[in-house]
Amino acid sequence: MRITKNQVKHVANLARLEFSEKEMEVFAKQLDDIIGYAEQLNELDTTNVKPTSHVLDISNVLRADEVRQSLSNEAALKNAPDQADGQVKVPSVLE
Amino acid sequence: MSLFDQRIKDIHELLHKREVSVTDLVAESYKRIEEVEGKVEAFLHLNEEAARKAAREMDDHLVSKGVDGALFGLPAGLKDNIVTKGLRTTCASKLLDNFIPVHDATVVQKLHAAGAVTIGKLNMDEFAMGSSNENSGYKLTRNPWNTERVPGGSSGGSAASVAAGEVLFSLGSDTGGSIREPAAFCGVVGMKPTYGRVSRFGLVAFASSLDQIGPLTRTVEDNAYVLNAISGYDKLDSTSANVEVPDYTAGLTGDIKGLKIAVPKEYLGEGVNAEVRVHIEQALTTLEGLGATWEEVSLPHSKYAVAAYYILASSEASANLARFDGIRYGVRVEEDNLIDTYKKSRSQGFGDEVKRRIMLGTFALSSGYYDAYYKKAQQVRTLIKQDFDDVLAQYDVIIGPTAPTTAFQIGEQVNDPLTMYANDILTIPVNLAGVPAISVPAGFAYGLPIGLQIIGKHFAESMVYRVAHAFEQATNFHMEAPKL
Repeated sequence: MRITKNQVKHVANLARLEFSEKEMEVFAKQLDDIIGYAEQLNELDTTNVKPTSHVLDISNVLRADEVRQSLSNEAALKNAPDQADGQVKVPSVLE
Repeated sequence: MSLFDQRIKDIHELLHKREVSVTDLVAESYKRIEEVEGKVEAFLHLNEEAARKAAREMDDHLVSKGVDGALFGLPAGLKDNIVTKGLRTTCASKLLDNFIPVHDATVVQKLHAAGAVTIGKLNMDEFAMGSSNENSGYKLTRNPWNTERVPGGSSGGSAASVAAGEVLFSLGSDTGGSIREPAAFCGVVGMKPTYGRVSRFGLVAFASSLDQIGPLTRTVEDNAYVLNAISGYDKLDSTSANVEVPDYTAGLTGDIKGLKIAVPKEYLGEGVNAEVRVHIEQALTTLEGLGATWEEVSLPHSKYAVAAYYILASSEASANLARFDGIRYGVRVEEDNLIDTYKKSRSQGFGDEVKRRIMLGTFALSSGYYDAYYKKAQQVRTLIKQDFDDVLAQYDVIIGPTAPTTAFQIGEQVNDPLTMYANDILTIPVNLAGVPAISVPAGFAYGLPIGLQIIGKHFAESMVYRVAHAFEQATNFHMEAPKL
């Protein structure tokens, strides 16, 4: 196994996901299969091959820094699950 | 015969002569939905009240100004990852169950400006991750040709609704084949334009370097009409290309004499079903009969495309989907502290395939693994793109099947991610290279449609349409409609 249950736990925490023990086992197995499959990329010698960051020949896209109309406070909060005083309300951040 | 067995041009003629009204067209759409939706289940939410109201207003407009707009009065369906102001948009995810966008995607604004009417939002694999629509958080869309079969994915609702005659056209999105594979499975025309051709502003991002919106229609000409309307530079999408948009219907003459077609041997090899291969070979004979020539070529890095894609697309997805945390929108599962609120909201909101890809992407990008997986995959992407550049420097188009098989049984592959991923083996390389490609109907095997894929150079959609149209006019497959 390339991927252990402990690794799955670590990655799940990074991704802000949680799984039951049983799910963890299934995911470890499936991720291991997929990573195993991806390792065929190592058959290719990619020394000196530039990674593709964009398929078209464009680089920096610049525009003038001008003030434009944006969403109103009301619209921006329209989908917020919880709000107070015109702001999104969240559970406590600090213990 | 349904009104939607006719083409955009014919329907506009009927509108022009006042033989039908926009109200009739919209009513026809909802009537058909009422008749067949129980069997097809293509829609997640309908826009009925607003659409009927818009139709009445357009009929007034018709009296004073005539047919005013390239898509005037035409009933359209939208994949549910395209945001629509005031109309629920869920990406088929429970996490976005209550999400009502406060703005329209650029393509939606463009469709409305051209006169199209939004009939409803279409089912898909959750966040566009899947090849069968079985990953929807809500329902199972069925293939109109055989309701025991999948419609393909992730734009399964987009393909099924057009095949079933519920709408005249739809929009889907294609990250690794998500327009073309369902188009092939449902026997319709599906175009994935060049990366950057159509604005992604308002398309909920899956893999930003690969995603592209495109039209699904019954014919090539209709497809070109829709692409005309949605293409173009958008300052709200920094990756949209500032390249002139030609009239895509202009080159549809049926003449392809002297064109050079490349047929990659990797696209007709192992893993491609014999029935599919036979139909593609017949298609090549048809194209030869029209005066084109074809030669076998090689895209040597094809076999690495699926592996590179799953690393890259999942990595991008893991970053893009970080925004779904139950804080500013979506369904929140409130816990005592913020971190647990994130975790509970995400874990209960996302389905298994989405979690699998977030996990894979997070792993590939995590400290110590970045070079081995993500960077390696980006380098392989360069090699795959180079394969296409080399072949397309010598040939006008590349042709092969869209999918290695016809539509498979519902439930057949759902427990095996790697088998499911292999459905996209012939479509994924195109997204990695950023080139345009279309799927057009190329026959039937045991009553199930087969798709022919035509791939062109960057921004050469006109050439792709020209070949697709000539093939379509020389065959009758697009005239067939499923019996529902």
